[in-house]
Amino acid sequence: MFMLGSIGFTAPWLLLGLIALPVLWLLLRAVPPAPVRRRFPGVALLLGLSDDETQTDKTPWWLLLLRMLALAAVIVGFAGPVLNPQQQRGGSGPLLVLIDGTWADARDWPRRMDRVGALLEEAGRGSRPVALVLSTDLPESGLPFQAAEAWAARLPGLTPRPWEPDPAALAAWAGGLEGRFDTFWMSDGVARAGRDEVLAALEAHGAVTVFKSPRPIYALRPAAFEDGRIKLAALRADRGLAAEVTLSAAGLDPNGVERELARATAEFVTGEGLAEVELVLPPELRNRITRFSVAGSRSAGAVALTDDSLKRREVALIAGREDREGLELLSPLHYLQRALAPTADLIDGTLSDILLANPDVIVLADVAKLTPDEEAAVLDWLEQGGLLLRFAGPRLAASDVARAEEEPLMPVRLRAGGRSVGGTMSWGEPKELRPFDEGSPFYGLPVPGEVRVSAQVMAQPGPELAGRTIAALADGTPLVTRKRVGQGQVVLFHVTANAEWSTLPLSGLFVQMLERLAVSTRPARPGAAELTGTTWVPEQVLTAFGEVEDAGTLPGVAGEDLAAARPGPELPPGLYAGEDRRIALNVIAAGRELRAAAWPARIPVEGLIVARETALKGALLLAALGLLALDVLASLWLSGRLRGARGGAVALLALGLMLPQDVRAQDDARALAATSEVVLAHVLTGDARVDDIAAAGLRGLSKKLYQRTSVEPGAPIAVNLETDQLAFFPFLYWPVTADQPLPSDAAYAKLNRYLRGGGLILFDTRDADVAGFGSGSPEGRRLQQIAQPLDIPPLEPIPSDHVLTRTFYLLQDFPGRHASRDVWVEAAPPDAEQVEGMPFRNLNDGVTPVVIGGNDWAAAWAVDESGAAIFPVGRGYAGERQREIAFRFGINLVMHVLTGNYKSDQVHVPALLDRLGQ
Amino acid sequence: MTHPAALRSAAEALAAPLPPLLAEAEHLAATVLLGEHGRRRAGMGDEFWQYRPAMPGDEARMIDWRRSGRSDAHFVREKEWQAAQSVVLWVDDAQSMRFSGDAKHETKRARARLLALAVAVLLMRAGERVGLAGLALPPRTGALQLLRLAEALTAEGEGEGADYGAPEARGMLPHSRALFLSDFLGDLTPVEAALAKAADRGVKGVLLQVLDPAEELFPFDGRTIFESMGGSLRHETLKAGELRGRYLERLSGRKARLADLARMAGWHYQCHHTGDSAQAALLWLFRALEPLR
Repeated sequence: MFMLGSIGFTAPWLLLGLIALPVLWLLLRAVPPAPVRRRFPGVALLLGLSDDETQTDKTPWWLLLLRMLALAAVIVGFAGPVLNPQQQRGGSGPLLVLIDGTWADARDWPRRMDRVGALLEEAGRGSRPVALVLSTDLPESGLPFQAAEAWAARLPGLTPRPWEPDPAALAAWAGGLEGRFDTFWMSDGVARAGRDEVLAALEAHGAVTVFKSPRPIYALRPAAFEDGRIKLAALRADRGLAAEVTLSAAGLDPNGVERELARATAEFVTGEGLAEVELVLPPELRNRITRFSVAGSRSAGAVALTDDSLKRREVALIAGREDREGLELLSPLHYLQRALAPTADLIDGTLSDILLANPDVIVLADVAKLTPDEEAAVLDWLEQGGLLLRFAGPRLAASDVARAEEEPLMPVRLRAGGRSVGGTMSWGEPKELRPFDEGSPFYGLPVPGEVRVSAQVMAQPGPELAGRTIAALADGTPLVTRKRVGQGQVVLFHVTANAEWSTLPLSGLFVQMLERLAVSTRPARPGAAELTGTTWVPEQVLTAFGEVEDAGTLPGVAGEDLAAARPGPELPPGLYAGEDRRIALNVIAAGRELRAAAWPARIPVEGLIVARETALKGALLLAALGLLALDVLASLWLSGRLRGARGGAVALLALGLMLPQDVRAQDDARALAATSEVVLAHVLTGDARVDDIAAAGLRGLSKKLYQRTSVEPGAPIAVNLETDQLAFFPFLYWPVTADQPLPSDAAYAKLNRYLRGGGLILFDTRDADVAGFGSGSPEGRRLQQIAQPLDIPPLEPIPSDHVLTRTFYLLQDFPGRHASRDVWVEAAPPDAEQVEGMPFRNLNDGVTPVVIGGNDWAAAWAVDESGAAIFPVGRGYAGERQREIAFRFGINLVMHVLTGNYKSDQVHVPALLDRLGQ
Repeated sequence: MTHPAALRSAAEALAAPLPPLLAEAEHLAATVLLGEHGRRRAGMGDEFWQYRPAMPGDEARMIDWRRSGRSDAHFVREKEWQAAQSVVLWVDDAQSMRFSGDAKHETKRARARLLALAVAVLLMRAGERVGLAGLALPPRTGALQLLRLAEALTAEGEGEGADYGAPEARGMLPHSRALFLSDFLGDLTPVEAALAKAADRGVKGVLLQVLDPAEELFPFDGRTIFESMGGSLRHETLKAGELRGRYLERLSGRKARLADLARMAGWHYQCHHTGDSAQAALLWLFRALEPLR
């Protein structure tokens, strides 16, 4: 193919025709435009007049140029120019398309798929069998070769995976391949271990070409929480120039709507791949954060889910004894504060204030009695999942709380007095702790030998005591008991929270026990040892595009796998829930570094840009046609044939062809016309004569309304049910013809909406002279078919006290051109009763949605342009009287539409005035 | 070609809303014939004019005995003097009149005929005698004459004729009226001769120049060969647009010349365009032929 810049020609030899253009120029230039012969009587007056100038016997240069351009466009067009012609990629035989398919691919996955699509198309043209493999989703063995078209069809269903390929598995798979094939490797651009081995293995089978995107890859390490700050670290693969990324923290706001809660900017220094930023947030806000992400990067790697390690529990500490000022070490809360301060947010205050803050844990240290109000409030809070942690003490021991019967806020009944062991006045040694049972939340904690309990409150033995004991002394007496209340729990330490009764608060075990009870939060991620033997259920999983999805029914994973933190098909990144906490498994591990993949120089690396082949032939020929059309106009103009009306018509036609028809503007104009005034409308039936009569009838009625009432309607409008908006019209006149097409479903929906919205349709079968209503004229039957899907309430013949009889004129007859009494309206409610002394019943509210009759009202109303009646009505003066009554009916009807049951309400005016007077 | 009946009905439709045209009759004695138009003096006629006392010399049979019986004197009953005027029409039938610059306009010839016949209808309704110039159809009155006129106007000149017409001055009755309808684009010498002859015979009349709007506007441009309708004249130009000014100058000169001629002969001159309403032209003709009082 002959190339000229980015334009190629399929038939370049035709371009030689361009040489002929100058010759043509000379030829065309010599030929003047042909004269016009005109018959013109005025020639007698012209005789003897001579032309002033004589130069126009040659074609003007600009016309020549126009023609040359047109001809050049034709020549170039037929030479077959193609913009960005696709270079045919060499090669034949089988083809492997290896797509990395990791989270790093997700940011420009559609472009990747476009590129792959283009490659497949090309392979399809070459009839090459293709195998398409995702490195994150390797086939069992070998290569699944198929026709390129088959792969192309499956391309839209291909999605990247939120994890990275297992290097060992990938290398094993690559090593096991057989046969000759070329490889197109769509790389995600991230350096990984084992890539070189795979490349070498693939190169052994044929040529390898790598495609990669130039867009930068950003990732985010899991958020760490240190010293009250959240530490975020953004990574990038190519360590180029300085850059900035915006990190945003998202979470649920108090209304339960997910939104951005905070944002920070991380700045990459030139040449560095890591940018750190610290975020200080109020605890209330911090606890709401569910994930951090790199703004604008649509990839799972740019999302860091947060788990409980970021959350701090709010713990309220309440002590019963605050009178011993200054004795800090004896304060019941001292050890608790020391134990909890690093890992929890402590709240002080009175119980009623604290409950408003809805803490996670309330610690009551040696508090015996709560007021009934407080007790009820605490119970409520417990029911909703609070944890009430109580410590015993002298007050509790001395009180009679939970002596006789079990208290709701105590896990067990207590025996009076408690016991003291190992003191000067008692036998025995202070007791040690017994190792924790398997069912206890403390199971697995090592029991240090130095913990001694010298005094405690005793639990009253009972059938449930064993089940509620979660820690006991060596002699079996319960040390910690627990009871579940609703979703929450009450835990009682049978010793004090200070070191008075035991050395437990002094030991490390105390802190661990608090952790296990989820009073405090574990500072970091649990280690592998801690996770051993546990099972974790995925709650939410991340897609490769960084979206959080509900995990659905994914199976649980073992704690060991979670500890390894290598996301894979069995272990998708996401949020995993264990017994008492949740762990986030992120795509990017804590210590991860990102590096851009470096390819050996022998491997050709291409971008993802697909240059579309564009054939320019059509455009050029079109341009040539356009130029020739211009030439026609110009020639006509030159020879004076483009003048007057004909020229105007041509110009208008050209303009009309060029300008798009502004249908919307027409619609708007129509809507404005229909809404700026009251407009009566009639439904187009498809019968031109009936439509004309309806239009003339409404014109007559509009004139009468204008003359006699304050309603001043505009010119009536014909409405096409299928295309026109009905909502603008208060009133529709619908003449029914026997062969009228039924409206479409959409039109029916529109009509029903119109009727429900207070519109009125006057159905006119125009057959009252030959048929009673509904008695089987073709129009009547058609009306029944038309009205079948309409939302029409029960009907009755107009009762004598219907509001239509008095909205403007007092009427009892409703004639049109025919004078039948069969006019039907919406039936009055069955409970409408005539009140004594009232002339009318208190009838239904609103407007009757339909009026049905056959009196051919439009014909009676119809007037021509000059206002003369078109059709005769009746005979002589009686006929004119009937026409007058028909007009009065029309006026009443429009008044009814516009004022509703106003005249009905008027009936009550005397009664209302009467009442107001009192 | 227009059917005679159609032409007549169109002309009558045009003439219908106008009051009867009263033609001026100056020298009644020469062409006196009884018509419907009173001369406001006693004379021959049908309408009662006045009773006057019988004078010596009145014949006895002239005395109105019924009136005389009511008094002692004798009275003679006099009738109003009524007379009809002769009007001669000349409608140019040359080739040039068959021009129409636009399909929407009728030809000049059609317009001229319509106007002529409409005037004839009006005149006949007023009791005048109407005929064609020349010797073919001398002035007469009555429905039959109207029919003949219509036929003559439609039938006339079916074949090839001259490019430009010359007025027919033969057969003009002395002191009658004449109406010349033409485009007057050809040589003016015959027109001058005809007007001189008419002035000699005391004939007054109207010149109505009927032009096509194209002739008035000259909307041509580019290289053009203009030919007269018969092809006898031709003029080639390379830039027709350049000629417009000079053409219009000549045209207005022609109009001024015609107006001068008319004034000198005691005639009226008006230019009428086929693009305009025929009614307006008829109204003007009505006023131009109205008697001076």
